[in-house]
Amino acid sequence: MSDPSVRVVAPLWVLAAAGLLGLLVLAAAVLDGALSARAAGADVRTGLTRPIGEVARLMRQRRRVTVAADTLLWRVGGAGLLVMAMMIVTVVPLGDWTLFDLDVGVVWFNAMDVLAWAFVWLTGWGANSAYSLVGGYRFLAHGLGYELPLMFALVAPAVAASSLNVGTIAAAQQGLWFVVWMPVAFLVFCMGVLAIAVWGPFSPALGPDVAGGVSVELSGVDRLLFLSGRYALLAAGAAFAVPMFLGGGAGPLLPAWVWVLVKTLALLAVFVWLRRHLPAARPDLFMEVGWVVLLPAVLLQDLLVAGIALGRS
Amino acid sequence: MTLQTVLLVAAALFSVGLYGALSQQVVVMVMMGLELMLNGLILAAAGFWWFLAPDPSGQVLLLVIIVAMTVEMAVGFAVATALHRVRRVDMTDMAADLSR
Amino acid sequence: MITHVAFWALAVIAVLAGAAVFIVNSMARASYSLAVSFICVGLQVLLLQQNYVGVVTILMMVMEMAIMAVYMVMFMGMNPALMPMSMVHDKRHALAVSIAVFVLLATGVLLEPWPARRGTPPDDVTAALGEELMGPKMLVMAAVGVVMAVTIVAGVVLAAHRGRYDRFGDDLRRRPARDPQPGGVGR
Repeated sequence: MSDPSVRVVAPLWVLAAAGLLGLLVLAAAVLDGALSARAAGADVRTGLTRPIGEVARLMRQRRRVTVAADTLLWRVGGAGLLVMAMMIVTVVPLGDWTLFDLDVGVVWFNAMDVLAWAFVWLTGWGANSAYSLVGGYRFLAHGLGYELPLMFALVAPAVAASSLNVGTIAAAQQGLWFVVWMPVAFLVFCMGVLAIAVWGPFSPALGPDVAGGVSVELSGVDRLLFLSGRYALLAAGAAFAVPMFLGGGAGPLLPAWVWVLVKTLALLAVFVWLRRHLPAARPDLFMEVGWVVLLPAVLLQDLLVAGIALGRS
Repeated sequence: MTLQTVLLVAAALFSVGLYGALSQQVVVMVMMGLELMLNGLILAAAGFWWFLAPDPSGQVLLLVIIVAMTVEMAVGFAVATALHRVRRVDMTDMAADLSR
Repeated sequence: MITHVAFWALAVIAVLAGAAVFIVNSMARASYSLAVSFICVGLQVLLLQQNYVGVVTILMMVMEMAIMAVYMVMFMGMNPALMPMSMVHDKRHALAVSIAVFVLLATGVLLEPWPARRGTPPDDVTAALGEELMGPKMLVMAAVGVVMAVTIVAGVVLAAHRGRYDRFGDDLRRRPARDPQPGGVGR
């Protein structure tokens, strides 16, 4: 069942993985702060410290209370994104080590990314506020558009490696990275990661036109958890793309785990950078794009990959 | 964890779902009851597979149950939408009345 | 040992969450407690070594319940969260029938002399399932595929209230189509 190229480490290492994810979140937030400062014409250095100041501010902020809020569901939704990101990271091999060598790791990632539907909508619902619920519905509308292309994008590397195990898929790209011959699947996967993180083009759910959407009533620690959950999902998605499309730990000179981190950081930086460089995808318009353009494109990619895999075996 | 305990849990889930499917008035809630019954079936089928005959073909049954669930949901939602559009009702009792 | 504890904890949560579906008076809570029940059963299926089916159950049901919550909000004409009211009929009989069914099933489960285990699980359960589906049980796969396709068509036909004449005009020549909500591709 398990792949010999991947070793399962002791459960206690989960703390180290969480710490690593935290560092990635911090890096992403700092980068975003710097880019924001540059876009606003301010000194870039003021942006570098902004995430830390923001954390301190949110930790001290008093919780805002809304009338007849469904507090249980609200808190579950807000904290859920971080949990999701953590669960995704458990199946990502860091070089030779993995926390959870599941034979259906790809399906596991898929099951976890679907949780975003629940958590984002619940955050919007729980506050009992009209704008935040509008945001929640916007996210679900995006979800209907992006989820199926994302699922079929995950199929391509699994078919090429003839395995659903993430370690085996990484090991199958020793010669040629999957991103080279399945670019459509890679791009759609990246779009899916941006979508589950409610990031960049998929941020209308948090749009300023609905006063902040899902996050409008979030305050204090809840807001901190939600925002860092979004960064954590970006980081976890980037980390998962490395074994799926970017050759895992393959690379010259440096050890495998360093390469995994380097590739993750690079992809994460691209994700953060993209925030300011892509137009927002309106949920109503994106639905048709997802079903009429992206889904057939990914299916063709899958067909191509299946044909090549059949020819090679 | 023995076959009996797994089946007992499955039976409990099935019965709770049956109660919901029988007693609820709103179409969507009836569907939730049906889903819960199928949930019990999934567990029972998984238990039978593991404790009685863990050969590959038994898993196919589980897949069929999951497919049945998706079909039930999709058609259920479509019927609920159509019913609401045509008759403006969302309750089974009202839907059972002849056209007013 | 850990497996047993996990199994019983999941079993209790699954049944309680399942019962909560019909007890709580909030549509979101009802939908998501059903999702919790499904997640618990999915994890139990994982404990029973059927990784693929277990994870797929979780995947599908969370998605389904997210949609379900939307439908609940849409179709629960009277909002039980705003005005507490009983939305049930014939509660006593339903309760009696379901308890009777449970007793019947439980008696059967406990009294039946279950046969001993036959065969051993394959090394790679997921691969075995795939080979089974693509080999001896191909008919199941083919039938499932057709049923799913028919379901998609039937669902759209039932739920859509505008046909192509509404979109393209009586002679089907109007371009672009007249839609209340224009699509993103500009058809």
